[in-house]
Amino acid sequence: MSVENGIGASVRRKEDQRFITGNGHYLDDMNRAGQAYGYFLRSPYAFAKIKNIDLSAAKSAPGVVDIFTGADMVADGIGGLICGWGITSKDGSPHKAPPHNSMAVDAVRHVGDQVAFVIAETLEQAKNAAELIEVGYEVLTPVTNIAKALAPGAPQIHEEAPGNLCYDWELGDKAAVDAAFANAAHVSKIDLVNNRLSPNPMEPRAALGEYDAGSGELTLHTTSQNPHVARLIMSAFLGIAPENKLRVVAPDVGGGFGSKIFVYAEETTTIWAARKINRPVKWTADRSEAFLTDAHGRDHVTHAELATDNDGKILAFRVSTKANMGAYLSTFASAVPTYLYGTLLSGQYKIPSIYCEVQAGFTNTTPVDAYRGAGRPEATYVVERMMDTAAKDLKMDPTEFRLKNFIQPDAYPYETPVIMTYDSGDYPLAMNLAKEMIDYNGFAARKAQSEANGKLRGIGVAAYIEACGIAPSAAVGSLGAGVGLWESAEVRFNPTGSVTVFTGSHSHGQGHETTFAQIIADKLGVPIDSVEVVHGDTSKVPFGMGTYGSRSLAVGGSAIVKAVDKIVEKSKKIAAHLMEASVEDIEHEHGVFSVAGTDKKLTMGEIAFAAYVPHNYPADLEPGMAENAFYDPLNFTFPAGTHIAEVEIDPATGVVDIVDWAAADDFGNVINPMIVEGQVHGGVAQGIGQALLEGVIYDEESGQLLTGSYMDYCMPRADDLPNFRVATTNTPCPSNPLGVKGCGEAGAIAGPAALMNAIVNAIGKDIDMPATPEKVWRAINSN
Amino acid sequence: MTTVSMTVNGKKVSADVAPNTLLVQFIRDNLRLTGTHVGCDTSQCGACTVHVNGDSVKSCTMLAAQAEGADVTTIEGLAKNGELHPMQAAFKENHGLQCGFCTPGMIMSAVDLVKRNPNPSEETIRTELEGNICRCTGYHNIVKSVKAAAENMGG
Repeated sequence: MSVENGIGASVRRKEDQRFITGNGHYLDDMNRAGQAYGYFLRSPYAFAKIKNIDLSAAKSAPGVVDIFTGADMVADGIGGLICGWGITSKDGSPHKAPPHNSMAVDAVRHVGDQVAFVIAETLEQAKNAAELIEVGYEVLTPVTNIAKALAPGAPQIHEEAPGNLCYDWELGDKAAVDAAFANAAHVSKIDLVNNRLSPNPMEPRAALGEYDAGSGELTLHTTSQNPHVARLIMSAFLGIAPENKLRVVAPDVGGGFGSKIFVYAEETTTIWAARKINRPVKWTADRSEAFLTDAHGRDHVTHAELATDNDGKILAFRVSTKANMGAYLSTFASAVPTYLYGTLLSGQYKIPSIYCEVQAGFTNTTPVDAYRGAGRPEATYVVERMMDTAAKDLKMDPTEFRLKNFIQPDAYPYETPVIMTYDSGDYPLAMNLAKEMIDYNGFAARKAQSEANGKLRGIGVAAYIEACGIAPSAAVGSLGAGVGLWESAEVRFNPTGSVTVFTGSHSHGQGHETTFAQIIADKLGVPIDSVEVVHGDTSKVPFGMGTYGSRSLAVGGSAIVKAVDKIVEKSKKIAAHLMEASVEDIEHEHGVFSVAGTDKKLTMGEIAFAAYVPHNYPADLEPGMAENAFYDPLNFTFPAGTHIAEVEIDPATGVVDIVDWAAADDFGNVINPMIVEGQVHGGVAQGIGQALLEGVIYDEESGQLLTGSYMDYCMPRADDLPNFRVATTNTPCPSNPLGVKGCGEAGAIAGPAALMNAIVNAIGKDIDMPATPEKVWRAINSN
Repeated sequence: MTTVSMTVNGKKVSADVAPNTLLVQFIRDNLRLTGTHVGCDTSQCGACTVHVNGDSVKSCTMLAAQAEGADVTTIEGLAKNGELHPMQAAFKENHGLQCGFCTPGMIMSAVDLVKRNPNPSEETIRTELEGNICRCTGYHNIVKSVKAAAENMGG
């Protein structure tokens, strides 16, 4: 029996109705009576000491309510922003996490660093008053490039981090790797730059803080992917208010891609200031502020070497990376180039030994943290560019080289040399499917045709793997995470049979209101329109860890299933009572409870009604029908697959035309194929953006951000992108009850490597991202 | 202050605003029609696109005073009598949106696009939407939505 709008159906999204009619409630759409407007005065310098701040003229400007500086927050006992993941260096020392005040106290360390918060009756008045603030700066020489920041003699950004080093971390067996290299028939080498990106969700960050002087409660409405985590950090570490007096609400959020995970200075200052002035305060970033202050992504410089034998078998892999953390350590920044990166360097391959070392350091740039994929795109880029280089050195077809070294479908569970246990997969299946989709074998003929037209043609493969569904708590805790990474849910029946699902996951475009409702429709037979999914409000939903790392369905969805299981268990007891049968004889399918071997049955709706109107009811059973569950998985999930890009390049202009794209992804079971395909499209688009168009650029001398607007930072437009061929293979995930793996990041992980391999294949030379026409043209015309 | 009057979604509206008030500010702050969004500060993203006298306009590029007497349609005015405009319906049917933030502007641009190109090719759609940025969808399903809507709009 299948269920309408159940698991596996491409149900049209429930949330779309409000978005397509202009009835969404994004943060800046909210207003409160008596609200004042906040505006941040920001540092115009990349690195400077603050000698004095004179607020006198600004404070008497028209409409000004108050102006605060970092010193005011410190005096009020407000702590600094924290990094929630501790990394230990090779020498056993903990990573360096220098103080990070919400507003600068004695120095500014990147352009855009917060200096003062001006609150006025109107935004324009706040901006005008900010111009009257006199700040005495002693300008210092900045450093923005990570290799230069870690070199001897570089400007010292924090006294707590000598040499600007945050940590020097390693993973794997160095001696085994060195031995393998010493005896290898071939060694292939590659140097790579993983370009810095700005996440750019279309909705800029914003905050609306409210204080209720009667109850002493603070409410922060904010653009967050994880409101409970924001509340926890603001309460426990910053001292904004006790958790029970602090409510954090994330309404409709217009995209995140990681950048709205973090606890930032602006939101923190806004909620603190609301209490100080006892009025609602609203702050909305403009796009320039988003470029200056939303955590950036990537920014790695890497050298990698692969040892192979004469048969093309991989013997060992070693990787050395320098990672730019920016001016301060953001909320989860330390984990990205370590446990979300080094642990994925085995890719889809059987590699006997791997050694990875990562030096992370500070620079006078915007902090860097998780951006879609977070560490795994960087790992995939290293692994997959390396594989192509090695295949070329060995004169093998890149897909044959990969197929020869893949972990085989019967090898699970497979333990890698970098502490991951892959649980399931079929890598040859996905690769062969992608090859078929793009007609890989017909490439030579297409290339000849392009050449006849004076064009260069290339094909590039990326066989990626990611560790998703970020959890389990015990594992991440042992690796330094300061939090548990389970998820929560409550499934609550109303007496009339409709259902409200409360989830600790947060949707900012992923379609949870639909996908989660499908789970309820499928398992409990409730029509999808009778299911409401509530998320994003700490006063409504149980404590939840939020959405990132493609975890919502694998962890949050599984928590819903666990709550559903409890509903079913209780319902069976009620059904048995009402139908005068024993509980053991009650069978359940999609919300229909029947007595085995009879035609007696009751629906879920009838049972829920009986639970709320328990006139005829089991004596030992609590009334009501609502169950909650917390789910902590036993392992990560491991989505994997192959993406293949085909490009045609005009050697006269260096313009890269993406002529085809095939994605074959193993996401385990799929609840809503339409939404999954959309996630792949969007991920690939961001991957293409990284490879072809995007890159955050700082002027190395002044430390100024040169790519601070959409005039300067090239966002992918409709005419930059191709259509995508998307297909899924399915090896169900054994570690969660839905058998799902996560799909949100795959495209951004596979995309850059596939596209860059295609471009390198076309032009026959190595080139770094973004492969702009100028860069490609220069590479083609270089010797 | 200056008084501006116009027709928005078929309703006559009037307000005293500062002379430098942008049309998008007038729509969002004075009329509280918050379906029109602001995604950038350089008139690149197109989230604020509305129709002024039937043509799509980025409402952050125009002063409210410049729309004096104009007939303005925002996303809230696109559906008629509770019935979605074919473009809205096509975006829903073809999963042409994810977070929804760029969507109102995207839909308003697309309606104008189809008005001027009743039977647009994929290439035309992609070129025409160059002024609207979406970070979620990769545009694949937006293109599909516009194509489907154009067919339903009798192109």
